[in-house]
Amino acid sequence: MSNTDTSDSLITTDVETGSNDRTAPSNRTAVAARDLNVFYGDEQAIDDVSIEIPEKRVTALIGPSGCGKSTFLRCINRMNDMIDVCRVEGDVTFGGKNVYDADVDPVALRRKIGMVFQKPNPFPKSIRDNVAYGLKIQGFDGDVDARVEESLKGAALWDEVKDQLDSSGLDLSGGQQQRLCIARAIAPDPEVILMDEPTSALDPVAASKIEDLIDDLAEEYTVIIVTHNMQQAARISDRTAVFLTGGQLVEYDDTTKIFEDPEEQRVEDYITGKFG
Amino acid sequence: MVTLLTTVAIFVTLLSDTVAFFSQIPVTEFLTSTNWSPNPAGGGQVFGIVPLVIGTLTVTITAAFIALPVGTLTAIYLSEYATSNARSILKPLLEILAGIPTVVYGYFALVYITPVLKATLFPEISTFNALSASLMVGIMTIPMVSSISEDAMSAVPDDLRQAGYGLGATKFEVSTGIVVPASVSGIASSYILAVSRAIGETMIVVVAMGAQARMPAVQELAFGIPFVNPADVLLDSGMTITVAMVQIAGGDLVGGTIPYDAMFALGLTLFVVTLVMNVFSDIIAQRYREEY
Repeated sequence: MSNTDTSDSLITTDVETGSNDRTAPSNRTAVAARDLNVFYGDEQAIDDVSIEIPEKRVTALIGPSGCGKSTFLRCINRMNDMIDVCRVEGDVTFGGKNVYDADVDPVALRRKIGMVFQKPNPFPKSIRDNVAYGLKIQGFDGDVDARVEESLKGAALWDEVKDQLDSSGLDLSGGQQQRLCIARAIAPDPEVILMDEPTSALDPVAASKIEDLIDDLAEEYTVIIVTHNMQQAARISDRTAVFLTGGQLVEYDDTTKIFEDPEEQRVEDYITGKFG
Repeated sequence: MVTLLTTVAIFVTLLSDTVAFFSQIPVTEFLTSTNWSPNPAGGGQVFGIVPLVIGTLTVTITAAFIALPVGTLTAIYLSEYATSNARSILKPLLEILAGIPTVVYGYFALVYITPVLKATLFPEISTFNALSASLMVGIMTIPMVSSISEDAMSAVPDDLRQAGYGLGATKFEVSTGIVVPASVSGIASSYILAVSRAIGETMIVVVAMGAQARMPAVQELAFGIPFVNPADVLLDSGMTITVAMVQIAGGDLVGGTIPYDAMFALGLTLFVVTLVMNVFSDIIAQRYREEY
């Protein structure tokens, strides 16, 4: 299963070994990394990672704390640029283009790649203004209210907030705030949504709502999610990448394969809780 | 407790002497007369606060025009743009600016700013003038605005900036569209504190503005709206409420005379104005306070 019918195909190491896909395989690559190394000062956070992430699928990045999975996520939309000591070597391609090329504007890149953070972080503005923020800075000239409604529906929040769009986003509960952040991320219609442990600050009920939502989001968007919660990765993702200490990508395959029959002993140990 | 007692004691003292003053001078004369000449030696004594209010307003408004924009931009630079190295040098430097005795500022205005203004923009400026004093008061209050505003901006959680950057905002958009609105209550408080400080500033004004309770020529703009030519006020000398108090206190004062009591009436006026501003500042801080 290689990406044959796509013009923006990327040469990467073939890490796909699975055969028991639970869904039809995607045949287009949204994001890929090749020989990626990331350093914070002298510390190596990512060690020679090559990966190919399929379009309109949920890909989970799992692994113990400090294994580089969040760092990898932040390489994709160049959020690491803001850390002075961070140095990136190798390629990260998005739509066939290396995002670290000199002619790539990180601001423009981030407009195509939405991001949802660990802690819900709505702006201290009204619900409407929160969702419309990305549209505003991108000079969206269509019907903003319609897009706000569409995005809130997409984030399964519309019915709860449709009568209070002018009240502050901070008045919502934690789970609602996180769905508001998802609505804010999808409003500018990005191609990829990065999620950095989006449910770790939420209670189980709120978390399960977000999980349902992620499933729906994958119909339209490529979702890349970092999670500490292995059951969550197993439930929601199509593909799983396991990072282990030292920033190495140890195994990357279909989620069912990773959780039922991993190739690597270390991965099995990690998943069954013997390590990590 | 001690501060509360002091405040109450000051208020009571001010009030009792003010009552004594108004038993001899009608309130209407105090509030409406355009002539301030408290000295019994030179003709009749007239106690009209209007020229003093004009002087104080001139200094306060002009100083605010300098301090608020410069202070805010400085705060944005320090909080959002400066590297931690630059910040660790510039912030203490600004705070030193706040520690310079105001009499030094006053002489600086008189000896350097006025001659420069005379040589460049305003050849007709008089030696003692409101403009250089006001500019100096403005410069003096910059650190107050920048320091408090910068604290408020630094308190904005980094999460919010990350969210902005994640949506493809530029640094400028994050600074002006996210950080500043999120810290607006702190910024507003700093403005009001700085303005209060400018209203009460004495030493710079005594030294650089002269001490003439001059009433500028009032023209009629239209529909009875009075209009005062700013150049008339700014380029000539003038007197603020605080300076009038200093002048009375500096003379040979006998307790219980009308000028002595007048000093307290002026003091109470200032006290009420700054109190109202501080209460206002608290209300703003409450109204716009954000829980992150």
